[in-house]
Amino acid sequence: MRRAALLLIALLPGLAAAGGDLNPPNPFLEVPGAKLRSALPLAGDEAVPVQPFQLQRHPVTNAEFLAFVTAHPRWRRGAVPAALAGEDYLSQWAGPLDPGAHAPAAQPVTRVSWFAAEAYCDAEHARLPDWYEWELAAAASPTVRDARADPAWRQQILDWYAHPGGKGLAAVEGDSASVYGLHDLHGLVWEWVRDFNSLLPPGADPEKFCGATALNARQKEDYAVLMRIALLSSLRAADTGRLLGFRCARDGGGAS
Amino acid sequence: MKHPMRSTLAVAWLLCAAGAASAAPAAGKPTPAAPGDFGPPRGEVIHAILTSPPMVPPPIHRDHPAKVIVELEVREVEKEISEGVSYTFWTFGGTTPGSFIRVRQGDTVEFHLKNHPDNKMPHNIDLHGVTGPGGGAASSFTAPGHESQFTFKALNQGIYVYHCATAPVGMHIANGMYGLMLVEPPEGMKPVDHEYYVMQGDFYTVGKYRERGHQDFDMQRAIDERPTYVLFNGSEGSLVGEHALKAKVGDEVRLFVGNGGPNLVSSFHVIGAIFDRVRYEGGLHEQENVQTTLIPSGGAAIVEFHVRVPGSYVLVDHSIFRAFNKGALAILKADGAEDKTIYSGKEVDSVYLGDKAANLAAVSEARAAEASGTLTKEQQIKAGQSRFTGTCSVCHQGNGAGLAGVFPPLAGSDFLMADKQRAIGIVLNGLTGKVTVNGSEFNSVMPPMSQLNDDELANILTFVRNSWGNSGDAVSADEVRKTRAATKRPEGAAH
Repeated sequence: MRRAALLLIALLPGLAAAGGDLNPPNPFLEVPGAKLRSALPLAGDEAVPVQPFQLQRHPVTNAEFLAFVTAHPRWRRGAVPAALAGEDYLSQWAGPLDPGAHAPAAQPVTRVSWFAAEAYCDAEHARLPDWYEWELAAAASPTVRDARADPAWRQQILDWYAHPGGKGLAAVEGDSASVYGLHDLHGLVWEWVRDFNSLLPPGADPEKFCGATALNARQKEDYAVLMRIALLSSLRAADTGRLLGFRCARDGGGAS
Repeated sequence: MKHPMRSTLAVAWLLCAAGAASAAPAAGKPTPAAPGDFGPPRGEVIHAILTSPPMVPPPIHRDHPAKVIVELEVREVEKEISEGVSYTFWTFGGTTPGSFIRVRQGDTVEFHLKNHPDNKMPHNIDLHGVTGPGGGAASSFTAPGHESQFTFKALNQGIYVYHCATAPVGMHIANGMYGLMLVEPPEGMKPVDHEYYVMQGDFYTVGKYRERGHQDFDMQRAIDERPTYVLFNGSEGSLVGEHALKAKVGDEVRLFVGNGGPNLVSSFHVIGAIFDRVRYEGGLHEQENVQTTLIPSGGAAIVEFHVRVPGSYVLVDHSIFRAFNKGALAILKADGAEDKTIYSGKEVDSVYLGDKAANLAAVSEARAAEASGTLTKEQQIKAGQSRFTGTCSVCHQGNGAGLAGVFPPLAGSDFLMADKQRAIGIVLNGLTGKVTVNGSEFNSVMPPMSQLNDDELANILTFVRNSWGNSGDAVSADEVRKTRAATKRPEGAAH
């Protein structure tokens, strides 16, 4: 029943849209497995095997999240326990079931806690992507699977960092799709990952403080992604952020 | 649970903090009170006054240690780094350098670091004046829209740098995240007439020096340590013209001078002044009669001097190309009566730079007029004069007369006025070899001035072609642009 209701709303994106702003469908797209040379510092030079997985085409939008809280009252603003979502949870929305003028339908939903993002994906029979999955997908440009050594591509990512975040968000899918068909992995919002809090386990050796950051020759290529790791590591699971959204993933290779 | 905690990685890379290593004290051995620990805080809780550069909070007149609350907000803001050039600064308190913090030795400081919700990045703070791992960095890592709090006792007096230590640390510093904290000695500091806050930093942009528009951070240049700008207080115009530091003849001036880096060491010098005292490296000891003091990246000093004659004193990094080609230049303007027994008033440096500072308004006016399509020849002449002064006047002299046998005259110059196109080409591309000007032969080298913009060159040429007895038509930026486009020259020539 609940699934049917969700499906119905998902099939009628125009109805949920504010200001006639159409919300494009958000299918799960296949990303083939690969060996990833991760940007995680101290990960070493050994490539990490990543199994095939599926990732949603764009970050979850206000319209999509509205459908979710409509079907799941306990995730509405005001109903969620503070332990699961901070007081600024969906605070940019006009009401618990009304995104309002400042949160158009096709914009990524932000100010969503990790718990809420997990719950959303669970309702989609999905999960949040792991960091390595996200990183693998985000390494792709419109033309190649690993564009991280391309200075022009890197600079495009950095241009987003180079402007203050006070302005309004753009709608999803304003960029060119990557080789996987995915949109907005850069240049729009930060995104939660499932293992955001274990990218940097506590109890590290302080002697490595400077060496690990400054002497890592790869950092030049990777620092755009490093900043994402830094952002994720500064968060707790109930936190939200004005520029922090998410998208869901599923195991791939036909095992859905 | 479904959250695989498989990572074997370390947290350490995230926070690069000086003095992070701390050995645990041997068990059972009593720790003697630190020399700067004057006991628990007493009296009223104090909310620290923070000031934006170049201002310094008022001296502390207090005879006891107090609890002091410091609230510092991180803002990511777009600001002008040079005329017509914008840059996204990451700031402590909205400015680069960040807000000046002033406390008394022995104070207990409750520090609140707020990361504005509109910011994109997480940030933290490493205060060099804090005794403890990371200088607060590990305790202050803060996501956008959040606030962190930690408390420390200011045990050591001195002037201390603070900075952001979030990865990539160099980038956070290069974007302007540094400032100074003064820990006053318990007896206070000797009163002076003026206290000012000046901090140097190096900046790395994708575009060249003074290339217009919004400029992004260039990581490769930062790694290569090839700054586009070296600046005092975060902008080329921060301390010149109407923003110059002010003093009167007879005043004693104290400068708190920091260097945020991230890369360069500063050879801090004030043209026309000798420092009476320098508390070098911000430590306890003083050196006297100092001409130039070295300020390391991540270090600071306190310099004091008397202003004895009026005029413009120029603060520079005496690694001097940084001053004249990358912006490391500020002005202290002193008013008052001349004293010809000390100084005759004819020294070249202070005169031409003083004029440069005073006349930047003409340049702005011309730029605005050009943008709106209403630029007149008179505006061009005025703007050209201020650029001529300080660039061309070094050789051709302020009155255009040149130096006999060395630098050709521009005043009444037949060579200059004979061929406008040739004149544009010479200024853009330089000139080497024999020329005859007004019947005299010159054989020297003029460097290309291609680092100047098209409109700057057009204004300069219009000025020299209409001064000192010369009379000609205006040179337009378009004419310069065409000549520039027709010339091949190595990237970065004349920089």
